[in-house]
Amino acid sequence: MKTLSLLLGAASAASLASAAFAEEITIATVNNNDMIIMQGLTDEFTKAHPDITVNWVTLEENVLRERVTTDIATQGGQYDVMTIGTLEVPIWASQGWLEPLEFDESYDVDDLMPAIRGALSVDGTLYAAPFYGESAMTMYRTDLLEAAGFEMPESPTWEFIGEAARAMTDRDADINGICLRGKAGWGENMAFITALANSYGARWFDENWQPQFDSPEWKAALQFYIDLMKDAGPAGASSNGFNENLTLFQQGKCGMWMDATVAAGFVSDANNSTVADKVGFALFPDAGTGNHGNWLWVWSLAIPASSDAKDPAKTFVQWATSKEYAALVGEKEGWALAPPGTRTSLYDNPDYKAVAAFAEPTLAAINAADTSNPSVQPVPYTGGQFVSIPEFQNIGTQVGQLFAAVVAGQSTVDDALAQAQSVVTREMTRAGYIK
Amino acid sequence: MARAVTTQTKTVNTVVAWIIALLIFFPILYTIITSLKTEPEAIAGFSLIPSFTFESYQAVQSQNDYFKPFMNSVILAVGSTILALIVAIPAAWAMAFNPTKRTKDILMWMLSTKMMPAVAVLVPIYLIFLNTGLMDTRFGLTVLLMLINLPIVVWMLYTYFREIPGEILEAARMDGATLWGEIWYVLTPMAVPGIASTLLLNIILAWNESFWTIQLTTTNAAPLTAFIASFSSPQGLFWAKLSAASTLAIAPILIMGWFSQKQLVRGLTFGAVK
Repeated sequence: MKTLSLLLGAASAASLASAAFAEEITIATVNNNDMIIMQGLTDEFTKAHPDITVNWVTLEENVLRERVTTDIATQGGQYDVMTIGTLEVPIWASQGWLEPLEFDESYDVDDLMPAIRGALSVDGTLYAAPFYGESAMTMYRTDLLEAAGFEMPESPTWEFIGEAARAMTDRDADINGICLRGKAGWGENMAFITALANSYGARWFDENWQPQFDSPEWKAALQFYIDLMKDAGPAGASSNGFNENLTLFQQGKCGMWMDATVAAGFVSDANNSTVADKVGFALFPDAGTGNHGNWLWVWSLAIPASSDAKDPAKTFVQWATSKEYAALVGEKEGWALAPPGTRTSLYDNPDYKAVAAFAEPTLAAINAADTSNPSVQPVPYTGGQFVSIPEFQNIGTQVGQLFAAVVAGQSTVDDALAQAQSVVTREMTRAGYIK
Repeated sequence: MARAVTTQTKTVNTVVAWIIALLIFFPILYTIITSLKTEPEAIAGFSLIPSFTFESYQAVQSQNDYFKPFMNSVILAVGSTILALIVAIPAAWAMAFNPTKRTKDILMWMLSTKMMPAVAVLVPIYLIFLNTGLMDTRFGLTVLLMLINLPIVVWMLYTYFREIPGEILEAARMDGATLWGEIWYVLTPMAVPGIASTLLLNIILAWNESFWTIQLTTTNAAPLTAFIASFSSPQGLFWAKLSAASTLAIAPILIMGWFSQKQLVRGLTFGAVK
């Protein structure tokens, strides 16, 4: 009896001790498909790490950005892992708000794609681990392009895209030669227009942070975009963002669409896309400059310095961004749904290549992106489809509204560029960049 | 003849009222219809005929637990409303039956706090919540929601109390009623329709409040507004799931509104026609 009591006592003490050491982490994320899969696989993580409890906070992208920014700026410590992008990582890391990440050898940090690793590092130190990455590419309807008498080159020019889009347009059949973002916002129309401008040789600022909207390159890029949207774009394009264009493309109403590489999986999914078997992929176009827009975005997992559960948070980040995690998704959900654009090994994986026809073009697009030199002209900033400075969300959205007004027919290219020059000069002077 | 015109007018009025009511209700109806479609059906274009599948509801429940945010919504909406009434009934009594020359100014000042955009005070309130340990707590949010809706509650009760003759309260006082006895046993029973409609309206306002309930919660106190927000996606079309989440979030308040519509209308039109 005494032995039994002792055993029971020891068992209770052990369970109390494990409860005392059980740690809880709160993860803030967005509701994108790859993140939903990650949430669904939480049990696999807790099975391997029973001492860690995981709480999820899933929010709409803009709300998430507001929440995590407020939290990290006030050192609130509400979250132990944050899902953030390539815009935030260098800025927040420089402020000392993010925990530097060092993983053990099994993580194989050298397997991360160089462009992706570079975008998430400051002075060679990794501050966020990439969960999935994307660049931009050309998605097109093979049947419509063939019917119009064109053949898509691997690396198209804007001139070719313009001609093909106009030829593919059939207003009576509700087919628009091209669908491009028009909805105002730094992460909406300005992501596309900035990449387009990069490919035209334009830049946001010169080496002295003087805005460059009065340059001939910006005029050429914006005029091309507006003319093309008028001739071959869908009606009401000034309200179209990623999701709206995705709907149009999936319903067979777009001949071509230049947007994030993550869309390739959606348009190729026969469950949701009516044109899944008629989609081709090519590089994001250039204007003869050799610059393909330099679009690069990575949804990554970072640990705020204010977290009081850094060790379990790091364990989770290592698990969710590892090669083993990609294999787990491949096994449980199918290889086509493995998080793309972060690890070179995924693109050597025959299982993945067999089911993801967009694997090679995605890899080529990511490898073509150079965020340290977004324009062919010298610039004082890094970025691709955005400028990596804290003020960009504000100025990007203001300029986006001016350009969306041109798409809606409420303004002209010259007026919008002149106003953009004036607005950005004012904001950059206020922020102290221009003395 | 006169009777025929009246009937005709009545019919026209009824038809117009139905059309307006349907127009107002249509977004909710279409949300419910979309929630019963598959994802490809939901994005395929406008259609009023769903395939009556419940797969989105299953997906929503498996992705996110509905019960916890639902309970949080109930606690926040009911708690903040009761707190608001406890504070507002004496305040409205004082202003309605013992007005001073500054009463109107105070009422206007209270209302003016509603005119400021919430985001303007986000950082100070966030810091207060953080430093006082109120972040992500039901108590903190209940108090905040009470304070947010208090001006409207005081205004509504003040309007109802003004309709009650002061002489009745005087008579109660002459019969020896104390201050609380006067408010509790005489004023409150007479103002029940007004208090009931204020209560219902405040519950609806607190239930639907999304800015603060999303900004000041993470996992423990997050109500249904945060539940809906978690189904909105910038990259991917999950309209059926989003509609299912919205339907689940609005269903309780919709049912409550349906059953209490008489009290709501009566309270809101109380004193409108003399």
